Amino acid sequence: MSIFKKIMTAIRGGATEVGEAIVDANSTRIFEQEIRDAENHLTRAKRDLTGVMAQQMAASREVDRIKREITEHEGYAVQALEKDDETLALAVAEKISALESELSAQQQALDSFEGNANRLKDLVKKSERQVQEYKRQLSMVKTTESVQKATSAITDNFSSSNSKLLSAKDSLERIKAKQQKFDDQLKAAEVLESENSDNSLEAKLKAAGIGGTENSANSVLERLKAKQK
Amino acid sequence: MNIHKIANHLNALADNSETGMVFDCQPISGEVDVLQISVIGREELPIFVSVTDDQVLCITYLWGEDEVVPEKKADMHEAMLEMNIPCPLSSFSKIGDKYVIFGALSISSSFEDIEHELAVLSNNALEVIDDMSDFLL
Repeated sequence: MSIFKKIMTAIRGGATEVGEAIVDANSTRIFEQEIRDAENHLTRAKRDLTGVMAQQMAASREVDRIKREITEHEGYAVQALEKDDETLALAVAEKISALESELSAQQQALDSFEGNANRLKDLVKKSERQVQEYKRQLSMVKTTESVQKATSAITDNFSSSNSKLLSAKDSLERIKAKQQKFDDQLKAAEVLESENSDNSLEAKLKAAGIGGTENSANSVLERLKAKQK
Repeated sequence: MNIHKIANHLNALADNSETGMVFDCQPISGEVDVLQISVIGREELPIFVSVTDDQVLCITYLWGEDEVVPEKKADMHEAMLEMNIPCPLSSFSKIGDKYVIFGALSISSSFEDIEHELAVLSNNALEVIDDMSDFLL
Protein backbone atom coordinates (compact mmCIF):
# COMPACT_ATOMS: atom_id res chain seq x y z
CA MET A 1 0.00 0.00 0.00
CA SER A 2 1.37 3.41 -0.91
CA ILE A 3 2.14 5.92 1.85
CA PHE A 4 -0.51 8.21 0.42
CA LYS A 5 -3.15 5.50 0.72
CA LYS A 6 -1.97 4.60 4.22
CA ILE A 7 -2.29 8.19 5.42
CA MET A 8 -5.69 8.52 3.78
CA THR A 9 -6.94 5.31 5.35
CA ALA A 10 -5.64 6.32 8.76
CA ILE A 11 -7.25 9.77 8.60
CA ARG A 12 -10.56 8.44 7.33
CA GLY A 13 -10.45 5.74 9.98
CA GLY A 14 -10.48 8.43 12.62
CA ALA A 15 -6.84 8.30 13.64
CA THR A 16 -7.03 12.06 14.03
CA GLU A 17 -7.71 11.62 17.72
CA VAL A 18 -5.09 13.37 19.78
CA GLY A 19 -2.22 11.10 20.65
CA GLU A 20 -2.98 8.53 18.00
CA ALA A 21 -0.23 8.42 15.43
CA ILE A 22 -0.95 8.02 11.73
CA VAL A 23 1.95 5.71 11.11
CA ASP A 24 3.45 4.36 14.27
CA ALA A 25 6.76 5.80 15.33
CA ASN A 26 8.47 2.43 14.94
CA SER A 27 7.68 2.08 11.25
CA THR A 28 8.74 5.69 10.70
CA ARG A 29 12.08 4.81 12.24
CA ILE A 30 12.38 1.74 10.05
CA PHE A 31 11.59 3.86 7.04
CA GLU A 32 14.25 6.39 8.02
CA GLN A 33 16.73 3.53 8.39
CA GLU A 34 15.84 2.31 4.90
CA ILE A 35 16.55 5.75 3.53
CA ARG A 36 19.90 5.85 5.30
CA ASP A 37 20.73 2.37 3.91
CA ALA A 38 19.81 3.47 0.41
CA GLU A 39 22.03 6.52 0.81
CA ASN A 40 24.91 4.32 1.95
CA HIS A 41 24.44 2.11 -1.08
CA LEU A 42 24.51 5.19 -3.19
CA THR A 43 27.76 6.41 -1.70
CA ARG A 44 29.34 2.99 -2.24
CA ALA A 45 28.08 2.80 -5.83
CA LYS A 46 29.53 6.23 -6.52
CA ARG A 47 32.88 5.21 -5.09
CA ASP A 48 32.88 2.02 -7.19
CA LEU A 49 31.99 4.07 -10.21
CA THR A 50 34.98 6.37 -9.73
CA GLY A 51 37.26 3.33 -9.51
CA VAL A 52 35.87 1.72 -12.63
CA MET A 53 36.05 4.98 -14.55
CA ALA A 54 39.72 5.37 -13.60
CA GLN A 55 40.41 1.82 -14.86
CA GLN A 56 38.47 2.64 -18.00
CA MET A 57 40.64 5.68 -18.67
CA ALA A 58 43.84 3.69 -18.07
CA ALA A 59 42.68 0.93 -20.46
CA SER A 60 41.74 3.48 -23.07
CA ARG A 61 45.19 5.10 -22.86
CA GLU A 62 46.80 1.65 -23.15
CA VAL A 63 44.72 0.83 -26.25
CA ASP A 64 45.83 4.10 -27.86
CA ARG A 65 49.47 3.38 -27.04
CA ILE A 66 49.35 -0.13 -28.56
CA LYS A 67 47.62 1.20 -31.67
CA ARG A 68 50.32 3.84 -32.08
CA GLU A 69 53.02 1.21 -31.64
CA ILE A 70 51.41 -1.05 -34.25
CA THR A 71 51.33 1.79 -36.78
CA GLU A 72 54.95 2.56 -35.97
CA HIS A 73 56.03 -1.04 -36.46
CA GLU A 74 54.05 -1.35 -39.66
CA GLY A 75 56.18 1.54 -40.94
CA TYR A 76 59.36 -0.30 -39.88
CA ALA A 77 58.22 -3.49 -41.63
CA VAL A 78 57.59 -1.61 -44.87
CA GLN A 79 61.03 0.01 -44.63
CA ALA A 80 62.66 -3.39 -44.03
CA LEU A 81 60.88 -4.81 -47.09
CA GLU A 82 62.01 -1.83 -49.16
CA LYS A 83 65.58 -2.70 -48.16
CA ASP A 84 64.85 -6.35 -49.13
CA ASP A 85 65.63 -7.45 -45.57
CA GLU A 86 63.05 -10.22 -45.34
CA THR A 87 64.36 -11.52 -41.99
CA LEU A 88 64.11 -8.13 -40.29
CA ALA A 89 60.65 -7.61 -41.80
CA LEU A 90 59.53 -10.96 -40.42
CA ALA A 91 60.88 -10.08 -36.95
CA VAL A 92 58.93 -6.80 -37.07
CA ALA A 93 55.84 -8.63 -38.29
CA GLU A 94 56.10 -10.98 -35.31
CA LYS A 95 56.31 -7.99 -32.99
CA ILE A 96 53.22 -6.52 -34.69
CA SER A 97 51.35 -9.79 -34.25
CA ALA A 98 52.22 -9.82 -30.53
CA LEU A 99 51.07 -6.20 -30.24
CA GLU A 100 47.81 -7.03 -31.98
CA SER A 101 46.96 -9.80 -29.55
CA GLU A 102 47.84 -7.45 -26.69
CA LEU A 103 45.54 -4.85 -28.29
CA SER A 104 42.66 -7.29 -28.48
CA ALA A 105 43.08 -8.22 -24.80
CA GLN A 106 43.31 -4.58 -23.78
CA GLN A 107 40.29 -3.69 -25.92
CA GLN A 108 38.31 -6.45 -24.25
CA ALA A 109 39.21 -5.08 -20.83
CA LEU A 110 38.24 -1.58 -21.95
CA ASP A 111 34.85 -2.80 -23.22
CA SER A 112 34.20 -4.57 -19.95
CA PHE A 113 35.13 -1.45 -17.90
CA GLU A 114 32.84 0.61 -20.09
CA GLY A 115 29.99 -1.84 -19.54
CA ASN A 116 30.58 -1.78 -15.78
CA ALA A 117 30.75 1.99 -15.67
CA ASN A 118 27.48 2.32 -17.56
CA ARG A 119 25.78 -0.21 -15.31
CA LEU A 120 26.99 1.63 -12.21
CA LYS A 121 25.89 4.99 -13.63
CA ASP A 122 22.41 3.57 -14.18
CA LEU A 123 22.40 2.14 -10.67
CA VAL A 124 23.46 5.47 -9.15
CA LYS A 125 20.76 7.31 -11.06
CA LYS A 126 18.14 4.76 -10.05
CA SER A 127 19.22 4.82 -6.40
CA GLU A 128 19.18 8.60 -6.35
CA ARG A 129 15.63 8.62 -7.64
CA GLN A 130 14.67 5.95 -5.12
CA VAL A 131 16.13 7.95 -2.22
CA GLN A 132 14.28 11.07 -3.41
CA GLU A 133 11.05 9.11 -3.56
CA TYR A 134 11.58 7.64 -0.07
CA LYS A 135 12.27 11.11 1.25
CA ARG A 136 9.09 12.46 -0.34
CA GLN A 137 7.07 9.67 1.28
CA LEU A 138 8.74 10.21 4.65
CA SER A 139 8.00 13.90 4.37
CA MET A 140 4.31 13.07 3.88
CA VAL A 141 4.25 10.94 7.01
CA LYS A 142 6.18 13.47 9.05
CA THR A 143 4.06 16.39 7.86
CA THR A 144 0.87 14.54 8.75
CA GLU A 145 2.28 13.82 12.20
CA SER A 146 3.47 17.35 12.64
CA VAL A 147 0.08 18.79 11.66
CA GLN A 148 -1.60 16.45 14.15
CA LYS A 149 0.74 17.47 16.93
CA ALA A 150 0.42 21.14 16.00
CA THR A 151 -3.36 20.77 16.02
CA SER A 152 -3.36 19.27 19.47
CA ALA A 153 -1.03 22.06 20.70
CA ILE A 154 -3.41 24.65 19.23
CA THR A 155 -6.48 22.93 20.66
CA ASP A 156 -4.84 22.68 24.11
CA ASN A 157 -3.92 26.34 23.93
CA PHE A 158 -7.46 27.34 23.06
CA SER A 159 -9.07 25.29 25.81
CA SER A 160 -6.55 26.45 28.42
CA SER A 161 -6.88 30.13 27.51
CA ASN A 162 -10.66 29.73 27.66
CA SER A 163 -10.98 31.70 24.45
CA LYS A 164 -14.19 30.82 22.70
CA LEU A 165 -13.87 29.89 19.07
CA LEU A 166 -16.15 32.11 17.06
CA SER A 167 -18.03 30.85 14.06
CA ALA A 168 -16.53 31.82 10.72
CA LYS A 169 -19.36 34.23 9.96
CA ASP A 170 -19.11 35.94 13.35
CA SER A 171 -15.34 36.28 12.93
CA LEU A 172 -15.81 37.82 9.51
CA GLU A 173 -18.47 40.22 10.81
CA ARG A 174 -16.23 41.35 13.63
CA ILE A 175 -13.26 41.85 11.34
CA LYS A 176 -15.41 43.76 8.88
CA ALA A 177 -16.83 45.89 11.69
CA LYS A 178 -13.31 46.68 12.85
CA GLN A 179 -12.28 47.52 9.32
CA GLN A 180 -15.40 49.72 8.96
CA LYS A 181 -14.61 51.49 12.21
CA PHE A 182 -11.07 52.07 11.06
CA ASP A 183 -12.29 53.39 7.70
CA ASP A 184 -14.81 55.65 9.43
CA GLN A 185 -12.13 57.01 11.70
CA LEU A 186 -9.93 57.62 8.72
CA LYS A 187 -12.77 59.40 6.93
CA ALA A 188 -13.62 61.44 10.02
CA ALA A 189 -10.01 62.46 10.32
CA GLU A 190 -10.02 63.48 6.68
CA VAL A 191 -13.19 65.55 7.09
CA LEU A 192 -11.75 67.20 10.17
CA GLU A 193 -8.54 67.87 8.33
CA SER A 194 -10.35 69.50 5.40
CA GLU A 195 -12.54 71.59 7.73
CA ASN A 196 -9.46 72.82 9.45
CA SER A 197 -7.89 73.80 6.21
CA ASP A 198 -11.18 75.55 5.17
CA ASN A 199 -11.11 77.51 8.39
CA SER A 200 -7.57 78.57 7.94
CA LEU A 201 -8.31 79.66 4.38
CA GLU A 202 -11.30 81.67 5.58
CA ALA A 203 -9.16 83.34 8.20
CA LYS A 204 -6.56 84.24 5.61
CA LEU A 205 -9.24 85.70 3.32
CA LYS A 206 -10.71 87.69 6.15
CA ALA A 207 -7.34 89.05 7.10
CA ALA A 208 -6.92 90.15 3.50
CA GLY A 209 -10.35 91.86 3.62
CA ILE A 210 -11.84 89.42 1.09
CA GLY A 211 -15.06 87.44 1.45
CA GLY A 212 -17.81 87.53 4.11
CA THR A 213 -18.55 90.94 5.70
CA GLU A 214 -18.31 91.13 9.40
CA ASN A 215 -21.44 91.87 11.39
CA SER A 216 -19.65 94.30 13.59
CA ALA A 217 -21.40 96.89 15.76
CA ASN A 218 -20.12 99.53 13.38
CA SER A 219 -21.76 97.99 10.38
CA VAL A 220 -25.06 97.61 12.28
CA LEU A 221 -24.94 101.26 13.28
CA GLU A 222 -24.21 102.29 9.72
CA ARG A 223 -27.25 100.32 8.54
CA LEU A 224 -29.56 101.92 11.13
CA LYS A 225 -28.28 105.38 10.24
CA ALA A 226 -29.04 104.72 6.60
CA LYS A 227 -32.65 103.74 7.49
CA GLN A 228 -33.21 106.99 9.42
CA LYS A 229 -32.51 109.14 6.40
CA MET B 1 14.28 28.33 9.34
CA ASN B 2 12.36 27.90 12.60
CA ILE B 3 9.36 29.58 14.20
CA HIS B 4 11.51 31.69 16.51
CA LYS B 5 13.38 33.25 13.61
CA ILE B 6 10.06 33.92 11.89
CA ALA B 7 8.62 35.45 15.07
CA ASN B 8 11.67 37.67 15.57
CA HIS B 9 11.51 38.86 12.00
CA LEU B 10 7.78 39.63 12.06
CA ASN B 11 7.91 41.33 15.44
CA ALA B 12 10.84 43.46 14.31
CA LEU B 13 8.87 44.58 11.27
CA ALA B 14 6.21 46.29 13.41
CA ASP B 15 4.59 48.94 11.22
CA ASN B 16 7.11 48.63 8.43
CA SER B 17 5.88 45.50 6.68
CA GLU B 18 5.78 45.47 2.90
CA THR B 19 2.18 44.36 3.07
CA GLY B 20 0.95 47.07 5.42
CA MET B 21 -0.17 44.39 7.88
CA VAL B 22 1.02 44.31 11.44
CA PHE B 23 1.76 40.83 12.78
CA ASP B 24 1.66 39.78 16.39
CA CYS B 25 3.45 36.49 17.07
CA GLN B 26 3.03 34.19 19.99
CA PRO B 27 4.66 30.79 20.25
CA ILE B 28 2.52 27.91 21.46
CA SER B 29 4.42 25.14 23.17
CA GLY B 30 3.62 21.52 22.54
CA GLU B 31 5.16 18.43 21.01
CA VAL B 32 5.65 20.51 17.88
CA ASP B 33 6.45 24.22 18.07
CA VAL B 34 3.65 26.31 16.64
CA LEU B 35 3.61 30.04 16.12
CA GLN B 36 0.28 31.79 16.44
CA ILE B 37 0.30 34.88 14.27
CA SER B 38 -2.44 37.47 14.58
CA VAL B 39 -2.83 40.14 11.98
CA ILE B 40 -3.83 43.32 13.79
CA GLY B 41 -7.50 44.00 13.12
CA ARG B 42 -8.05 40.37 12.17
CA GLU B 43 -7.36 38.69 15.50
CA GLU B 44 -10.39 36.40 15.02
CA LEU B 45 -8.59 34.53 12.22
CA PRO B 46 -5.10 33.76 13.46
CA ILE B 47 -2.53 31.97 11.31
CA PHE B 48 -0.70 28.99 12.79
CA VAL B 49 2.79 28.37 11.50
CA SER B 50 4.79 25.21 12.03
CA VAL B 51 8.09 24.16 10.52
CA THR B 52 8.86 20.58 9.49
CA ASP B 53 12.03 19.05 8.01
CA ASP B 54 11.35 20.39 4.55
CA GLN B 55 8.52 22.88 4.69
CA VAL B 56 6.95 25.82 6.46
CA LEU B 57 3.21 25.29 6.96
CA CYS B 58 0.87 28.23 7.47
CA ILE B 59 -2.68 27.26 8.45
CA THR B 60 -5.81 29.27 9.19
CA TYR B 61 -8.93 27.59 10.57
CA LEU B 62 -11.96 28.58 8.54
CA TRP B 63 -15.03 26.88 9.98
CA GLY B 64 -16.15 23.71 11.67
CA GLU B 65 -18.13 20.93 10.09
CA ASP B 66 -21.03 21.94 12.38
CA GLU B 67 -21.18 25.37 10.73
CA VAL B 68 -21.96 23.95 7.30
CA VAL B 69 -25.58 23.84 6.13
CA PRO B 70 -25.98 20.05 5.96
CA GLU B 71 -27.75 19.88 2.59
CA LYS B 72 -25.20 22.24 1.02
CA LYS B 73 -22.12 20.31 2.09
CA ALA B 74 -21.51 18.57 -1.25
CA ASP B 75 -21.93 21.86 -3.14
CA MET B 76 -19.53 23.54 -0.77
CA HIS B 77 -16.92 20.82 -1.31
CA GLU B 78 -17.29 21.22 -5.06
CA ALA B 79 -16.94 24.99 -4.80
CA MET B 80 -13.83 24.64 -2.64
CA LEU B 81 -12.25 22.17 -5.05
CA GLU B 82 -12.96 24.48 -7.94
CA MET B 83 -11.50 27.46 -6.07
CA ASN B 84 -8.36 25.57 -5.06
CA ILE B 85 -6.33 26.50 -8.14
CA PRO B 86 -7.55 30.07 -8.73
CA CYS B 87 -6.95 30.91 -5.06
CA PRO B 88 -3.46 32.45 -5.04
CA LEU B 89 -0.81 30.57 -3.03
CA SER B 90 -3.33 28.96 -0.66
CA SER B 91 -5.18 25.66 -0.74
CA PHE B 92 -8.03 24.16 1.22
CA SER B 93 -7.86 21.20 3.51
CA LYS B 94 -9.56 19.66 6.48
CA ILE B 95 -8.03 18.86 9.84
CA GLY B 96 -10.30 16.75 12.01
CA ASP B 97 -13.71 18.42 11.81
CA LYS B 98 -12.31 21.83 10.81
CA TYR B 99 -11.95 23.20 7.32
CA VAL B 100 -8.71 25.10 6.87
CA ILE B 101 -6.91 27.19 4.31
CA PHE B 102 -3.17 26.75 4.19
CA GLY B 103 0.01 27.55 2.36
CA ALA B 104 3.15 25.42 2.32
CA LEU B 105 6.54 26.97 1.63
CA SER B 106 9.95 25.44 1.08
CA ILE B 107 12.13 25.42 4.19
CA SER B 108 14.61 27.59 2.26
CA SER B 109 12.09 30.41 1.74
CA SER B 110 13.14 33.94 2.60
CA PHE B 111 11.49 36.03 5.31
CA GLU B 112 9.97 38.16 2.56
CA ASP B 113 8.40 35.04 1.02
CA ILE B 114 6.92 34.04 4.38
CA GLU B 115 5.63 37.54 5.05
CA HIS B 116 4.02 37.62 1.61
CA GLU B 117 2.51 34.18 2.18
CA LEU B 118 0.97 35.24 5.49
CA ALA B 119 -0.55 38.39 4.01
CA VAL B 120 -2.03 36.52 1.06
CA LEU B 121 -3.31 33.74 3.32
CA SER B 122 -5.04 36.23 5.61
CA ASN B 123 -6.68 37.99 2.66
CA ASN B 124 -7.71 34.67 1.13
CA ALA B 125 -9.23 33.47 4.41
CA LEU B 126 -11.41 36.57 4.72
CA GLU B 127 -12.49 36.40 1.13
CA VAL B 128 -13.26 32.69 1.25
CA ILE B 129 -15.48 33.02 4.32
CA ASP B 130 -17.28 35.89 2.61
CA ASP B 131 -17.70 33.98 -0.65
CA MET B 132 -18.68 30.71 1.01
CA SER B 133 -21.05 32.22 3.57
CA ASP B 134 -24.06 30.94 1.62
CA PHE B 135 -23.00 27.42 2.56
CA LEU B 136 -22.61 28.29 6.23
CA LEU B 137 -25.10 28.53 9.06
